[in-house]
Amino acid sequence: MSADQVALWYLVASVCFILALKGLSHPSTARRGNVFGIVGMAIAVIVTLALVYSHTKNVGWILAGIAVGGAIGAVIARRVQMTQMPELVAAFHSLVGMAAVLIAIAAVNDPASFGLPVPLPTGNMLELFIGTFIGAITFSGSVIAFGKLSGRIRSAPVVYPGQHWINLALAIAMIAFGVWFFNGGGWLPFIVMTALAFLLGVLIIIPIGGADMPVVISMLNSYSGWAAAGIGFSLNNPMLIIAGSLVGSSGAILSYIMCRAMNRSFISVILGGFGGEVSAAAADQDKKTVKSGSPDDAAFIMGNAENVIIVPGYGLAVARAQHAVNEMASKLAARGVRVRYAIHPVAGRMPGHMNVLLAEAEVPYDQVFEMEDINSEFGTADVALILGANDVVNPLAEQKGSPIYGMPILEAYKAKTVIVNKRSMASGYAGLDNPLFYMDKTMMVFGDAKKTVEALVKAIE
Amino acid sequence: MVDPIVYYLVIFVLAIFVGYHVVWSVTPALHTPLMSVTNAISAIILVGAMLAAGPAVMDWGGWVGVAAVAMASINAFGGFLVTQRMLEMFKRKEPKAPAAKDAK
Repeated sequence: MSADQVALWYLVASVCFILALKGLSHPSTARRGNVFGIVGMAIAVIVTLALVYSHTKNVGWILAGIAVGGAIGAVIARRVQMTQMPELVAAFHSLVGMAAVLIAIAAVNDPASFGLPVPLPTGNMLELFIGTFIGAITFSGSVIAFGKLSGRIRSAPVVYPGQHWINLALAIAMIAFGVWFFNGGGWLPFIVMTALAFLLGVLIIIPIGGADMPVVISMLNSYSGWAAAGIGFSLNNPMLIIAGSLVGSSGAILSYIMCRAMNRSFISVILGGFGGEVSAAAADQDKKTVKSGSPDDAAFIMGNAENVIIVPGYGLAVARAQHAVNEMASKLAARGVRVRYAIHPVAGRMPGHMNVLLAEAEVPYDQVFEMEDINSEFGTADVALILGANDVVNPLAEQKGSPIYGMPILEAYKAKTVIVNKRSMASGYAGLDNPLFYMDKTMMVFGDAKKTVEALVKAIE
Repeated sequence: MVDPIVYYLVIFVLAIFVGYHVVWSVTPALHTPLMSVTNAISAIILVGAMLAAGPAVMDWGGWVGVAAVAMASINAFGGFLVTQRMLEMFKRKEPKAPAAKDAK
């Protein structure tokens, strides 16, 4: 297979990847888009296989690697639960990062097998350096993120004095070894540089607390793309550059969207070590009184409403109450109540997570609305039912001087009646008290989300 | 003669622009599938791994390549399959639609 043919097939594969992303603009076209993605990947792999075969005939181990990896991947994809998606994505990111590092090692060892000149030109070494350190950071950062998300390591932020300076010093040292490497330093600086990058990946992610994980995952998503693009540059491979850039920019946009939804600055995210700012919890809780009610009371109010908006939070998913919520919604709908769902961008553990969890529970997606689309509707809603959400409906976000001032919220407090289900009066991730819970029109229904919703289902009948 | 690196840079910048515009058009409801599909797409690094895993004479660098192939394959297969699984959930429920028509 000639180089020109290979390049043209890579172009076809790239167009397939763009169509895969394009398809996600609507649920009805998304599955076709995914098929395009699979076709693109298949083309890229088959063409590369043909290329390697025409050069060395040595494709047996490649096929064995694909078979083993593919089988593992297929089993994981089938077994994973939707609540575990964030961990899964973090684990997958780490694999891309590690693969990038391994490819760079192989390229330093034997540039000729990649069709690169021997010795490696400085330009390619510079690119290898970039691809390797981004890959290494992606790997170790994703491993830590995976550990935090799956509860294998404590998700609380790890902070110590001089953290940023230590990271900066490590980054400078890493670049210095990189400069030594691409000036012909050989293996030693390459290994030290890679080790420093692994360490840096760990140090960037440990200070980030569990609540900020949606940003971290998006950021690592972006890094994994840039790692692929960096390796593409060093191997003079446009396929890797194009696909890597698509992924990199996608992750960057998602990070930006998550930052905006959580009221954090994008720059401090890129530099790492953001979040975890400790905000003092309001201690005047005992002075205020909340009105609490039983599921029966809540069911009575909702059964007589015309318009109910449900605000699901992560607490709902933890309690695995999505199916019960859908059952309750259909019961209400059967009584002529209009039920809609309002999703805050950070309602889950990763962008769009709550939508997937609701879709899994067979909630029709045309009942599910994004924050911008539904916020104006709360004013006309009879009931806002808040299930396991807290900070995303905290009206303090609209008060100047509050720690979460400026964070976009779902304006549930505008509804005629607010029903809140929570396990206790504990504050949310932001550590803030929520004035919504003390409003006259608010009724608290304490208890486990699943049990409460099941009680609601019974009570509505 | 333009240095090939310039061409790659052109491709890089244009691809970022394409990615930027296409991704903003993705509906927020599908951001999790977006992430898993981009995850699968970043497994394109498999192409680089395959080149590493198929040298004329298999030395330790080749084995490193084989390991990279296996890792990237987990990602490629796992990523696309889990995306497919998620997107199936966003399917409009078919059995209900004909029933609604009958009711009318």
